[in-house]
Amino acid sequence: MISVRDVCASHPGGGRVLHDVTLDVEAGAVTALIGPNGAGKSTLLAVMARLLEPEQGQVLLDGRDVRRTPGAETARRLAVLRQDTSLAVRLTVRELVALGRFPHSAGRLTDVDRELVARAVEDVDLVDLADRRLDRLSGGQRQRAHLAMALCQISGGDGSEDDGGGYLLLDEPLAALDLKHSVRVMRLLRRRARERGLTVVVVVHDVNFAAAHADRVVAMADGRVVRSGPTADVITGPVLAALYGTEVTVHELDGQRFAAYHA
Amino acid sequence: MTTTARAPRRPDTHAPAPAARGSAGRRRASPAALAGAGALVVVGAVASMFVGAADLTPADLLAARSLDDRAVQLVLVSRGPRLLALLLAGSAMGVAGLLMMHLTRNRFVSPSTAGTVEWAQMGLLVATISLGSTSVVGKMLVAVVFALLGTALFLRLLRSLVLADALVVPLVGLMLGAVVSGVTTAVAYRADLLQTLGQWTAGDLSGVIAGRYELLWLVLAATALAWWHADRFTVAGLGEDTAVSLGVDHGAVVRLGLVVVAVVSAVVVVVVGAIPFLGLVVPNLVTLLLGDDLRRALPATAVAGAAFVLACDVVGRVMIHPYEIPVGTVAGVVGGVLFLAVLLHARRRGLGS
Repeated sequence: MISVRDVCASHPGGGRVLHDVTLDVEAGAVTALIGPNGAGKSTLLAVMARLLEPEQGQVLLDGRDVRRTPGAETARRLAVLRQDTSLAVRLTVRELVALGRFPHSAGRLTDVDRELVARAVEDVDLVDLADRRLDRLSGGQRQRAHLAMALCQISGGDGSEDDGGGYLLLDEPLAALDLKHSVRVMRLLRRRARERGLTVVVVVHDVNFAAAHADRVVAMADGRVVRSGPTADVITGPVLAALYGTEVTVHELDGQRFAAYHA
Repeated sequence: MTTTARAPRRPDTHAPAPAARGSAGRRRASPAALAGAGALVVVGAVASMFVGAADLTPADLLAARSLDDRAVQLVLVSRGPRLLALLLAGSAMGVAGLLMMHLTRNRFVSPSTAGTVEWAQMGLLVATISLGSTSVVGKMLVAVVFALLGTALFLRLLRSLVLADALVVPLVGLMLGAVVSGVTTAVAYRADLLQTLGQWTAGDLSGVIAGRYELLWLVLAATALAWWHADRFTVAGLGEDTAVSLGVDHGAVVRLGLVVVAVVSAVVVVVVGAIPFLGLVVPNLVTLLLGDDLRRALPATAVAGAAFVLACDVVGRVMIHPYEIPVGTVAGVVGGVLFLAVLLHARRRGLGS
């Protein structure tokens, strides 16, 4: 379980973004972070992933402070995918994904590692492009390559078969993806959570993806958690309307909730 | 897909590489290809020993009866050390450029565009003035410290500046280097050391003989250290966030890289002098072909760097035989042309890639 305790954080050189955030992220479930621009979703994710040091408070991973845990140890269980995947390094998809195994094998890939790399490439539907360099891929393909790297990083503990668990933090992973791949990715995350107990925290822009795929939803505004609970409790007309400050109605269709806000 | 695709030999450097091509096998450099390139450099290197002002042929060497023979002495005292010096300096400066490129995530940053070389020269001057005629080792140590602090300052500067354009980064480095170099020149003028300074600014191998190059073995150690940690530098090249999330201590990698770059730059400057464009052009060409996986690109850069200096040296020695053009001058011309080609290539493909 990821526990966020009284976290306050600021942008480097900027104002305060998070105010006393306390949150327990349920293990083995997909949790969606939603909220308007500037609500602090990405900052919270960065703090959880120990990429940003909070000014106050702490983040506990299974009860241990991530700031006091050796980086390599955390890296074997927790992977993060941030927004800036525009970087075009001269690595092939396979090489990039293989770097996800770095915390486990420090660059000396074992057969198990290679197997996991191949599986991750397949999971994101990049088999045909596995030997293409990232600087020759589209934004969406590059995004999927980075996702595969993150998936690969937390697959299987220490080279053995999957021992379950693991944490995957994703900041708008769907931003550059087309519909088909958005759905594919969200299904994959759900399956991993259900079958292998992966804990997923995902910042999503489209509340309908949260409605369809998340087990739990955390709604944030102005650097605070305003609502947190099972998806059905948070994805409601009144909650979303208050959260985004615009009119939202939620319809139910075939047991599936849809937020209508385009009208 | 199998990964055993055979590497075609020497693909065209300037191939436009349209997106349509599944470029699978094109940049797969097998260890065999690398060994082949290395062997080629060795053959060229051996051949280069028989080029020079004094006549020397392989037959002379074979005919030699003792170690005191003129031909043997020529190799042991002059040609051999010179060859080792250029191979060591070339490979190490290439690798130093590659490391800087990855640490700054900018393809146009190298020890010569980040001020490292200029700081090392200033350190040498300061050591010469304050310590007098101390040993070369003492001078080198001061130069390493200067190069280290100067490069760290540059990196610090980069962190605090928000730079919109990739090309602004090396410009900042060049400006910093120009200021440092200006101060160094002014002080050298005052102290009547301009000639001494000239030794460190213009790469020249003609003065390299036995007893004057041995420091260069240090750069071999530094290069080996970088190779040992190649994967860490690859990860660092993906940016600080990615490095941290992969459990790599980014700060430690940067410090290690700085030490390697500073030692290499300082030692090469004190023994050979600055070799322009080497650290910039060679890593760019190699990563264009082989990609940014340093486990593969680093040894190739070392081989290519040695080949680059070797070629420049031979050209310099043949063109106005029996005199010679300093290797730094030839490298300036050849490297400049190659650099322009790299720039144009980058422009065509969109900057930053």
